[in-house]
Amino acid sequence: MSTAALAKTWSDPVFPWLRANLFSSWPNAILSMLALWLLWRTLPPFLDWAFLDAVWSAPDSGACRAARGEGACWAFIAEKHRFILFGTYPYEEHWRPGLAILVMLALYAVSALRRFWRPRLALYWVAGLALIGVLMWGGVFGLRYVENERWGGLMLTLLLATFGLAAAFPLAVLLALGRRSAMPVVRGFCVGYIELIRGVPLISLLFMASVMLPLFLPAGVTVDKLLRAQIAMIMFAAAYLAEVVRGGLQSIPHGQYEAADALGLPYWRKTLLVVLPQALRVSIPPLVNTFIAFFKDTSLVVIIGLFDLLTSIKVSLQEPAWTGFGVEAYLFASLVYFAFCTTMSRYSQRLEHDLTPGARAGALRDA
Amino acid sequence: MPEPIIRLQGVSKWFGTFQVLKEIDLEVARGERIVVCGPSGSGKSTMIRLINRLETHQQGRIVVDGIELTDDLKAIEATRAEVGMVFQSFNLFPHLTALENLTLAPVWVRRTPRKEAEALAMQLLERVHIAEQARKYPAQLSGGQQQRVAIARALAMRPKVMLFDEPTSALDPEMIKEVLDVMVELAGEGMTMVVVTHEMGFARTVADRVVFMDHGEIVEAAPPQEFFAAPKSERARLFLSQILGH
Amino acid sequence: MNRRLAYQAGLLAAAGLVLWFFVSNTARNLEALRVASGFGFLGREAGFEIGETTFIAFSAADTYLRAFGVGLANTFRVALLGIVVATVLGTLIGLGRLSSNWLVARLAALYVEVMRNIPLLVQLFFWYAIIAENLPGPREALSPLAGVFLSNRGIALPVPAPHPAYGWMLAALLAGVVAAILVARWARARQAATGAPPPGAWLGFALVLGTPLAVFLASGAPLAWDRPELAGFNFQGGATLTPEFAALLTGLATYTAAFVAEIVRAGVLAVDKGQFEAADSLGLPRRRAMQLVILPQALRLIVPPMTSQYLNLTKNSSLAVAIGYPDLVSIANTTMNQTGQAIEGIAIIMLVYLTISLSISAFMNWYNRRVALRGASR
Repeated sequence: MSTAALAKTWSDPVFPWLRANLFSSWPNAILSMLALWLLWRTLPPFLDWAFLDAVWSAPDSGACRAARGEGACWAFIAEKHRFILFGTYPYEEHWRPGLAILVMLALYAVSALRRFWRPRLALYWVAGLALIGVLMWGGVFGLRYVENERWGGLMLTLLLATFGLAAAFPLAVLLALGRRSAMPVVRGFCVGYIELIRGVPLISLLFMASVMLPLFLPAGVTVDKLLRAQIAMIMFAAAYLAEVVRGGLQSIPHGQYEAADALGLPYWRKTLLVVLPQALRVSIPPLVNTFIAFFKDTSLVVIIGLFDLLTSIKVSLQEPAWTGFGVEAYLFASLVYFAFCTTMSRYSQRLEHDLTPGARAGALRDA
Repeated sequence: MPEPIIRLQGVSKWFGTFQVLKEIDLEVARGERIVVCGPSGSGKSTMIRLINRLETHQQGRIVVDGIELTDDLKAIEATRAEVGMVFQSFNLFPHLTALENLTLAPVWVRRTPRKEAEALAMQLLERVHIAEQARKYPAQLSGGQQQRVAIARALAMRPKVMLFDEPTSALDPEMIKEVLDVMVELAGEGMTMVVVTHEMGFARTVADRVVFMDHGEIVEAAPPQEFFAAPKSERARLFLSQILGH
Repeated sequence: MNRRLAYQAGLLAAAGLVLWFFVSNTARNLEALRVASGFGFLGREAGFEIGETTFIAFSAADTYLRAFGVGLANTFRVALLGIVVATVLGTLIGLGRLSSNWLVARLAALYVEVMRNIPLLVQLFFWYAIIAENLPGPREALSPLAGVFLSNRGIALPVPAPHPAYGWMLAALLAGVVAAILVARWARARQAATGAPPPGAWLGFALVLGTPLAVFLASGAPLAWDRPELAGFNFQGGATLTPEFAALLTGLATYTAAFVAEIVRAGVLAVDKGQFEAADSLGLPRRRAMQLVILPQALRLIVPPMTSQYLNLTKNSSLAVAIGYPDLVSIANTTMNQTGQAIEGIAIIMLVYLTISLSISAFMNWYNRRVALRGASR
């Protein structure tokens, strides 16, 4: 290429962009070269392994083992996908948890739209959860009864998260209000509860629920494992959500409380009609962020032996045919969680942007 | 005729494809007081921010006190030490007291010993009538007080030129006067000033020249009596009727 | 007023009833299971081995109490290292997101988005799978650097053999730190008196790192490496990071770094653009502007959420139980399974973590009070 031609291409639209964004100064140029070299070394081999040389379906693991080290074994997922989605739920009834998942997703979608932010939303949730209960348990309307020991997989993850949130949220509101109460006993309880739960790892709560709860109840009364885990998750979520709601309550201008008092509104009227609507509206982005963290935390139930998405993947690996494909398995798990969480995260950022002008969207999330 | 302290020659600036300044020619003599006015979007703030290189120009020449403004970092820093700026939103350093706000630059840029810097700072705070607030933090001061501290902070570097970018636009009405009074005193002491403002009373009292800008061009430049009594251009007439009407 | 007292009395009564209900049931159930109450079991012999320890030696003949001590030490080891790595990595990535280099900014943003949206436990399993399943056995271990061996039995590193000069070096390090502080004081006084700017940070670094280095060289540069060598089926000598520790540390550090990055980014962005402009207009060079104006303000915004993340990392280290690293929760779990003392075990776990949390909270409150920007007092 002649120098003149080179000089000309240098001023075409692409090159000025490259110049300004990647090579604007010596340190930048070095960084860019380094980054590009890193990408060059890692991206093509990964793409080869993950896509081009991968084994997508195989009735047994022979083909997969032959491709070990060169190609990913996605056949593992294909083989096990029903188990991963629905756990040990009876095969012919899989339409029921499938439908239940759709109902849950619909609940989320509806709650996400601002035009539905009215008290009636609570009714939709109650109806939705009841419908899910009917679908999952059965026993009525001619549906076969399926005991909850057989629920598992992605469906269980969503169930834990959804029911957890639904039950924890009212509790969180009560805790937040209680923490600001003038009555010392009430305030003491709420502060104590919140600080205790927030100060300990979720694992210890799961252990507590799974091991100690049976001891607390009279002999002969049993609480099944799922319920124990659900209770622990609810208690956990309530404490964190309570802090978010408290932040919302604190951010309401003092004048609002004063105006309501001046109008003669008693405590609960004032709270329900004036304070909470404003506090909750402001708290929604951080509430969504807390829910994202909570959704991720449902994965911990593997430790107490409950069959959620992560457990079912882990258990699938233990089958002799499929041991050793941990990397593929956990990459898949990562993908599923990532899909859910990043969707929610984008939603939360957009919401924050819409609701509070000039806010730094989503920057300070909890782990 | 002595060399002007600020000279803009054929200065143009674009934000992307939008041309915000079109072939600006302006000269400011030592000791001269210029008031720049015009409708919003006329480029007046951008123009004065070019003088201390908070914005960069793409065409033309800018010379400040004999130094031409280019990409040379040393020249830029030298220029900024001689040119003081007062911002619409004060921009005081919130983690420092008023006194510390004033001593920061003299100590770290001019290498003044701390005692000397503090003595000078107290003098300046007296000059803007706010010496008793020296140990307060900006959040503890009213808007008018903060802006006066900001003026003193700019003066602490003993600049040759003071630039004011709409200094009273963010203030409550009752505080505008205290800041304008300080600016009038400053003018009375012979400081070269370039002020972007809507306060026409100030322009009438203090300005040597009023520069009217619209759509990135200097439309008219004249002494205040001429400008206010008999504006030559239609646009200036329109602007004056809007701003003096209330 | 009476109504309030009535509410509170009612609440206390109800709580008391519930508590009595739980306690009496528990007592009865424990008796039926023939499990003793109380912490006496801590004095008994543990009867299990612990895979790795930190500074405290342990054998099966030691007590449960000692086992808990080892667990706690292990927790601290992984938490402190994790915090250091996460801070450094996170700050770099956070600054990378602010970079004007498009490629670096995008890659950093991608890192944050990916790591924040995948549960930590999944990431831990992933790292563990890579180390335990995908690294070769010790005989075919990978060796990216001389003396460093990566295998599915862990990462073997060479360590320097102990030498008396190292004690002197430590003393020299302390002396260097003291010297650096004294020099800084002197420089500040000098600036106040004559206006001369203090010497750069390089002097401090030179003092702190150079003095031990000088001692090292003066004693003849003694450096005898204890290298890991293949003996039979595994490596002997040197230091080994077990796969469990390596996976836990990697997972914790990379996960938390993503949150640290966002905190750093938010802190720097939160400083008003006008502050940069004011500093520029006064003629302050960029470096001084960062040091005197921008960073003090950014740090106020960064430290509180950062300490939150440190606490989260420490709590998250409890996931060690899922991949077999013997941290506090892991050992408590083993103990509970062996002795049936579930309540005491869980109580110990909760007490320890609660203490850590409350200490960090107290520190943060102290820091906030000390450093908070004085607000309007009018």
